[in-house]
Amino acid sequence: MKRLIRPGLLIPLAMILVLAVWPLLSGNPASAREAAFTLIMSMALAASLNIILGYTGYVSFGHIVFFGVGGYAGFWAITQLGWHILPAALLGGLVAAVIAWLLGLAVLRLRGAYFALATIGILEAMKALVINLDFLGGPVGMELHFSEYKRYGGPMQSLWMLYWAMVFMAILVVVVSYLIKTSKFGLGLMAIREDEDAAEVMGVITPRAKTWAYVLSAVFPGIIGVIFFFKNGNIEPDSAFRLHFSIEWIVMIMLGGAGTVLGPVLGGGLYQWLRKTLLTSPIFKDYQLVVAGVMLLLIVLFVPTGIIGWLRARSAKLRRVFE
Amino acid sequence: MKILEVKNVTKRFGGLTAVNNVTFDLEEGEILGLIGPNGAGKTTLFNCINGVYPPTEGRIIFRGKDITGRPTYTMAHLGLSRTHQIVRPLNELTVLENVMVGACYGRENMGLNEARRTAQEVLEFVGMAERAEMLAGALNVAQKKRLEMARALAARPYLLLLDEVLAGLNTAEVTAMLDTIRRIREQGITIIMIEHIMHAVMNLSDRIIVLNYGSLIAEGTPEEVSQNPEVIEAYLGDPELAERLLEEEMA
Repeated sequence: MKRLIRPGLLIPLAMILVLAVWPLLSGNPASAREAAFTLIMSMALAASLNIILGYTGYVSFGHIVFFGVGGYAGFWAITQLGWHILPAALLGGLVAAVIAWLLGLAVLRLRGAYFALATIGILEAMKALVINLDFLGGPVGMELHFSEYKRYGGPMQSLWMLYWAMVFMAILVVVVSYLIKTSKFGLGLMAIREDEDAAEVMGVITPRAKTWAYVLSAVFPGIIGVIFFFKNGNIEPDSAFRLHFSIEWIVMIMLGGAGTVLGPVLGGGLYQWLRKTLLTSPIFKDYQLVVAGVMLLLIVLFVPTGIIGWLRARSAKLRRVFE
Repeated sequence: MKILEVKNVTKRFGGLTAVNNVTFDLEEGEILGLIGPNGAGKTTLFNCINGVYPPTEGRIIFRGKDITGRPTYTMAHLGLSRTHQIVRPLNELTVLENVMVGACYGRENMGLNEARRTAQEVLEFVGMAERAEMLAGALNVAQKKRLEMARALAARPYLLLLDEVLAGLNTAEVTAMLDTIRRIREQGITIIMIEHIMHAVMNLSDRIIVLNYGSLIAEGTPEEVSQNPEVIEAYLGDPELAERLLEEEMA
């Protein structure tokens, strides 16, 4: 327990919690909730991807595929089998984890750009596969009957329930991500990131460690996908397997600081807030992706370690506060 | 007791035979010098022994166990550690964390707390304790060599493979490093060292083996090897000139 009462964990958790209760205090709870939902979801997704990208140094470019397959699996269980959202969400996570494990056996042998390209290939292949699967609705996807929300006490209650489920997921991901970072397993992952061959010579069982990192980074997006698409009311290949969302996801991590616990939380929140501001601005509304691209370029060129990485490099004192 | 037996090990890369039918034994507690001209296959032999790649032919027996072709991480678990000729620090991790990786994933499979204590001890031993919190990427070459050594030692190995730990060091640093190597031997760790600095390897080694074009051309005490005409020719071409140079070096 002592390990958990550290600023490195408490700061990101506090950020999530403050954001989570903001809709309750705001004048327009429903609209604030929608905004907070997007921000918190981005934080959770960024923190999940960070396990393989930030800690292990494997740039999973098409990571959205796990959000998509998880979402599809859960959505299918809810609409076709009549499952409750809770087991359906767990199924989504499980399917994402199993797929990550199987894919990992093949693609985790690749390094650097080859791995990144392979993950894009996987994403496109999965999308093409789903489009051709009739039981998943093919190219048009699936829809939820409005009556489905009755089970949870009506649409209003459902939305709040899903909101708190997302808050819970964000907290869970951050706690897991912190525990990994401060564990022996995490030390092994970071050794792989810095020099995979040297890590192997030092005794890190790299194939096993990488597979676990990949599976862990996939299971949460799988669950989050179910929550997101259930709230959305429909799922279709284009929204489940959207490459540019995957790229935005990487921008969030790079902005906050890859390989840190706080970085993806900060980056996810900041990026979505910026995006929202741009989308509602008359000048920039059509250019928000351009801004994301430019931002990625600037970060990579000038602060490759992101905001938190930059702060951590300043002093040992800051390193103790920001994990 | 024999700690390592290398039996007829050959490694080919396509048409190139980098290591050719090499056989030697190593007694526990010994320091074995491995010398030879550039490109003789010394590092390749190390890579075969510690499983970076499997030998094309031959067997490697470590502490009575056939370890031929086992993945390199199992070597660390069994008690066989090495340093790299070209240093490979984990740049974005601190010096302490670097050494902790060695301790955590080495022979004793330590937990984080035990690994931290061991890492501190080992850093003390190699004289790097005051740099524990620095990022490894910020060290200079001599310090990075010591870090390599600390990481290997933290794994609590039975056998340590040192690949040119003296290269690139100045005279004072070489002297300090030689002292460290002697103290490692005093702990009962067996050592094979690849080295180009002759006076160092001659002084430290109990026995020396010489590789040339991948083949073992000589084996014996430092005196025997340094007077072996084949060795001298391999190194310097002209035996007479070589002898003169070696005498100067030894003096």
